[in-house]
Amino acid sequence: MSSQPAAVQQTRSPQADTAQKTGAQIVWEVLVREGVEVVFGYPGGAIMPAYDAMPAYPIRHVLVRHEQGAAHMADGYARASGKVGVAIATSGPGATNLVTGIATAMMDSSPIVCITGQVPSSALGSDAFQETDITGITLPITKHNYLVTRAEDVAPALHEAFFIARSGRPGPVLVDITKDAQQGLARLDARLPSRPAKHRPVPRPTSEAIARAALLIDAAERPLIFAGQGVIASGASALVREFAEKTGIPVTSTLLGLGGFPASHPLSLGMMGMHGEAWVNASIQESDLLIALGMRFDDRVTGKLATYAVHAKKIHAEIDPSEINKNVRVDVALPGDVRSTLEALVPAVQPRTRKDWLERIGALRGEAGRRDVQSMPSGGKLLAPHVLHDLWRLTEGKALVVTDVGQHQMWEAQYYKHDRPRSLITSGGLGTMGFALPAAMGARFARPNDEIWVVAGDGGFQMTAAELTTCAQEGLKVNIAIINNGYLGMVRQWQEFFYNRRYVATPLRSPDFVLLAQAHGLTGLRVTRREEIPDAVARARAEPGTVVVEFRVEQEDSVYPMVPANTDLRDMIRRPAFAEEDD
Amino acid sequence: MGHESAFSIPAGRKIAQTLIAYVEDQPGTLNRIVSLFRRRGFNIESLTVGRTERDGVSRITVVVRADDDTAHRLEANLYKLVNVLSVEDVTHTPSVTREMAFVKVRAAPDRRAELLQLVQTFRARVVDLGPESVIVETTGTQEKLDGLIEILRPFGIIELVRTGAVAMLRGPGNGAQAEASESDDGVAA
Repeated sequence: MSSQPAAVQQTRSPQADTAQKTGAQIVWEVLVREGVEVVFGYPGGAIMPAYDAMPAYPIRHVLVRHEQGAAHMADGYARASGKVGVAIATSGPGATNLVTGIATAMMDSSPIVCITGQVPSSALGSDAFQETDITGITLPITKHNYLVTRAEDVAPALHEAFFIARSGRPGPVLVDITKDAQQGLARLDARLPSRPAKHRPVPRPTSEAIARAALLIDAAERPLIFAGQGVIASGASALVREFAEKTGIPVTSTLLGLGGFPASHPLSLGMMGMHGEAWVNASIQESDLLIALGMRFDDRVTGKLATYAVHAKKIHAEIDPSEINKNVRVDVALPGDVRSTLEALVPAVQPRTRKDWLERIGALRGEAGRRDVQSMPSGGKLLAPHVLHDLWRLTEGKALVVTDVGQHQMWEAQYYKHDRPRSLITSGGLGTMGFALPAAMGARFARPNDEIWVVAGDGGFQMTAAELTTCAQEGLKVNIAIINNGYLGMVRQWQEFFYNRRYVATPLRSPDFVLLAQAHGLTGLRVTRREEIPDAVARARAEPGTVVVEFRVEQEDSVYPMVPANTDLRDMIRRPAFAEEDD
Repeated sequence: MGHESAFSIPAGRKIAQTLIAYVEDQPGTLNRIVSLFRRRGFNIESLTVGRTERDGVSRITVVVRADDDTAHRLEANLYKLVNVLSVEDVTHTPSVTREMAFVKVRAAPDRRAELLQLVQTFRARVVDLGPESVIVETTGTQEKLDGLIEILRPFGIIELVRTGAVAMLRGPGNGAQAEASESDDGVAA
């Protein structure tokens, strides 16, 4: 840096000034460079300079009704596309309203960048109007965050934010930009920074670890492959299939891993865990080797750790080394991207079949299949599992389904069979009610031509129902199935099982969802009998705009099977009517 | 400090684990690190921060009482922080670890000679001499400091401060070189 007066003069020349941009302009310049097509946001005082600069740039803005919706939309966009989603909000309440959405993205490793306005740097720390310490608040729920107080720092921080959000194990990054940094002038480097100085390499498994894993795999008689979200995030679906077919090892998925391995594949077993298939959980407890790919042994997957898969050795392929040996002690750690790990592992294993093991699982499966609600006549009732099954059949399993959180989410996971990656979007780790509608709206921008269904409960839907107006204003098309049982169903189910049927604060009154849709200028339909499902689904699919279909389902049905929290995977609660019929 | 960890793997033998982290000298970096310990329930015995041979880079030495698995996870978690440039677990590596302490001890004139002799034996120093008290300064391993403090306790400790440990690898190597070897992560059991 020169202190020569001449140099100072030069930077102030008119020519140099035209090369300068405001921090606000730089925000959009960087977003365009990063390939951003759409941002979801809500304006306010401290972010006004950025909004004022926006119209000059080819980026669509979606005005949400609550900033939580903006974060979920960015998240839905990210999960549907694999690209970084962007949310923008003002300081103070605008920023804090993003928090639930950021935490959701953090738990499910979804790459989003949140841009917030902040009070002028001179007012920082003074409890100014709409000031909040959002970088402090979001510190534990972001991969990283930035407080930018100078225009010249906007571009480096934002580029780094995109890099960090999408690299390694993806996740949310927040960039808080003071109003004066948006208003100030800075030169924008014409070159894109290649990668931040703080870039760190993705770990790779050692060749010795690959060899040890291959030995365990070749020797295993009752192995299982666990497909987690890492399979989808790393684009490893084809390799997992190759791996399974070469080794004859069946595949089970986590909730977020559904679609990473085709549900219709003969080696697919379905979902594991608390509401996983009975035969899957039974197989896990009999297994002698678990090959976990891009998952983190969440407590909803393992149940009681002390009795979890005690006969099985464990191989853990996972991009985040801090997840390895966290909940379950592993025998071989394969830190790294699932795809590159499989590229090394698949050639190292021997081709073989495992007839006895598959027959054993088949027997477990046959027994469980007879208890399945799909084999049960509806008896004139509308059962939510039937709705999900029929929705799968009628959409030929080709829709992108975005679920909320609760019973309907589990029924969807059980009965909507996903054959392709990124065909299910759901809040797994945080379990955020109100996620589905805004996430589906974000996904719409990533997948303009795909059929999208929101599946939500009556409780969760009402948490973010205000975004219906956004759907109408933006002309977005999503189909919304509200599984209305008049309860906060999953909590009611726990009250039934574990709190002696005391239904405290779970009976739930809803607005007339058909009228609610109409109030937004949208179409509303109601289904009360199973025979009406095909017609309603057909009408929803045919409408050009968003359609709300309310399914008035049996009120006190429960999700089966269920492994109660922190119990042995074999201790499942089964559907009672069927246990009786079988006996 | 910290709550009982929720991690469910049966704990191995807990020992004092010493980690060195090179971090960017930026506002909030220490906050991120301490927040990580709090959030994940790691039990900090001591934590020291200071400048290094590189401009803009601080060095943190942290001692936690934990088993080896937990220390590995702590290392991996630290490494996830963007402001952390490198992490080295020196627990099982030849290294020098030292801590410093001030101990203000009652020293009535009749016991002063005895006290000074003990201080000398421990190769500690008296840095302040008052009519009723002295301040003893000492540097050494944790064990040496523990020993001296126990010896001084009968005199009456008025005030005690320990800096927490700092550590350095023996030999020509530099703790920052952990950056280069990260790709062969040593997480494997």
